[in-house]
Amino acid sequence: MAFDLERGWALSPQVALRPEPFGALAYHFGTRRLSFLKSRTLLAVVESLAEQPSARAACEAAGVTSDQLPQYEKALSTLADTGMIE
Amino acid sequence: MKLVEHFESGLDAPICLTWELTYACNLACVHCLSSSGRRDPRELSTAECKAVIDELERMQVFYVNIGGGEPTVRKDFWELVEYATAHHVGVKFSTNGHRIDAERAAWLRGNDYVDVQISLDGATAAVNDRVRGAGSYNTAVAALQHLAGTGCKLSVVVTRENVGQLDDFKAIADTYGAQLRLTRLRPSGRGADVWDTLHPTQAQQRIVYDWLLRHGESVLTGDSFFHLAAYGSALPGLNLCGAGRVVCLIDPVGDVYACPFAIHETFLAGNIRTAGFAPVWRESDLFRELREPQTGGACASCGMYDACRGGCMAAKFFTGLPLDGPDPECVMGHGEPALATAIPRKSSVDHSIRRRAMVPVTIVQRPCNESPV
Repeated sequence: MAFDLERGWALSPQVALRPEPFGALAYHFGTRRLSFLKSRTLLAVVESLAEQPSARAACEAAGVTSDQLPQYEKALSTLADTGMIE
Repeated sequence: MKLVEHFESGLDAPICLTWELTYACNLACVHCLSSSGRRDPRELSTAECKAVIDELERMQVFYVNIGGGEPTVRKDFWELVEYATAHHVGVKFSTNGHRIDAERAAWLRGNDYVDVQISLDGATAAVNDRVRGAGSYNTAVAALQHLAGTGCKLSVVVTRENVGQLDDFKAIADTYGAQLRLTRLRPSGRGADVWDTLHPTQAQQRIVYDWLLRHGESVLTGDSFFHLAAYGSALPGLNLCGAGRVVCLIDPVGDVYACPFAIHETFLAGNIRTAGFAPVWRESDLFRELREPQTGGACASCGMYDACRGGCMAAKFFTGLPLDGPDPECVMGHGEPALATAIPRKSSVDHSIRRRAMVPVTIVQRPCNESPV
C-alpha cells in the first residue's frame, strides 16, 4: 500500500530511538527489529510525527525540501511497513 | 560517509552486547567458545550484575545476548532477566534447555521481552551428542516442546558433521514454531581443539552459502557468515566484523572483550569493576584501535575484499593467521596456504572441567595446546 503522507503518524510506543552520529537506531521491542534512520533529519521527522497533523507537515517542519520529499516518503513508508511508525 | 563506515568507526554504545553470566556449565561441548565448565569464584555478584543493567539502560543498549556457560544455572538468573526487562533492556539468552521445564516455559511465555535460544548442533541425537554430550539432544528437544509456539529460536553451530542436516534443522524449528539461527564455528575456546576436524570444508561452505541465500531473512545468522559474501551476494546483515565497533562481550568476571569469540588477553579491553562499562567501550585503547580504518593488508589486492572485509578476526587469530590477512575459511582459497605454516593460538582463560573425557575419540585433539605467543 502506498504511504499516506497526508494523515497523522506516530512512533510506535514499542519503539525506542537512540540518536547516533549518522542518524539513529530504532529498535522495536515487539518485533525485535532493528532499523537504521540514516540521517539526523529523518530522526527529527520521526520524533515530531506525533505532534504534526500529517507526515508531510512533519517533513516540512524538519526542513525537508520538496526535492528531498520523495526519499523521505520512501523511508517513512519502510518504517510504516515494519511497524516502527503507525 | 556510508552507514557501514559509521559502524566501522564505532558507536557511542554497542548495538548488541553479549554477556556471559557464568563459566559454569552442566555440559562440556567440544567446541565451547568460552571453554566453560567450572564457575569462576570471581564472577559478578547479583548487585554488580544489576549495576551493569542500569548502565546498559542509560546507554540505551536495547538488548543483551546472555550466554555462558549455561546461564540458567546461576541462582539469580531469572531475577536478573526480570530486572533487565523491567529496565528496558531486552534479553535473549542461550541455553542447552536443562532448566526449561513446563513451569518455566509458561513463565517465559508471559514475558514479552525475553527470547530463548535453544542450542542444538545436530538434527539427530547421534550427530548432536558427539559434540554436545550424551543426552543433550533429548534435553534440547524437551525444552523446544515446552516452548512450542512461543517463537523461540533454535541455534545451531554449523559443522562439517551437520551441514547435510540444514533442511532437517529447519524442519525441527518449524515443528515447534521456532526460528532457526545458524552460526559459524570459531576456533575459539575449546573450538581450537576441534576446529581442524569440525569446520566445514570448502565445498560445504558453498552449500551453506547457497542455503542461506535461498532462505534469506527467515533464518538468522548473527551476521556470522559475512566471509561467505565473497561468493557473490551479500547475506542479510551488516556484513562486517563488529568487534569493538558495534558488539563486544562482558565475561562472567566483568572482563570486556572485543567479541564473544575473542576471549584472549590480546582482545581484553578492560574490566567493568574499574569504572563501569561505558568508559571501557568508549575509551579503551584496544577498541579505539579496532575502530581505526583497516587497510586490508594482504587482502587489499583481492577483488573480493569489499565483500568479505577480510573475514573474522577471531578465526584468524586463533588459527594463527595475521589479522590483516585472509580468513582461514577464505572462499577464494587464500586461507589454506597460510594455514599450512601458521601456529594456532589458545586462550589461557579456560574453565574446562579437566577430569572428564570431553573429546570423542574420533575427534583428534590439536597437537599444540599451549599458546605459542
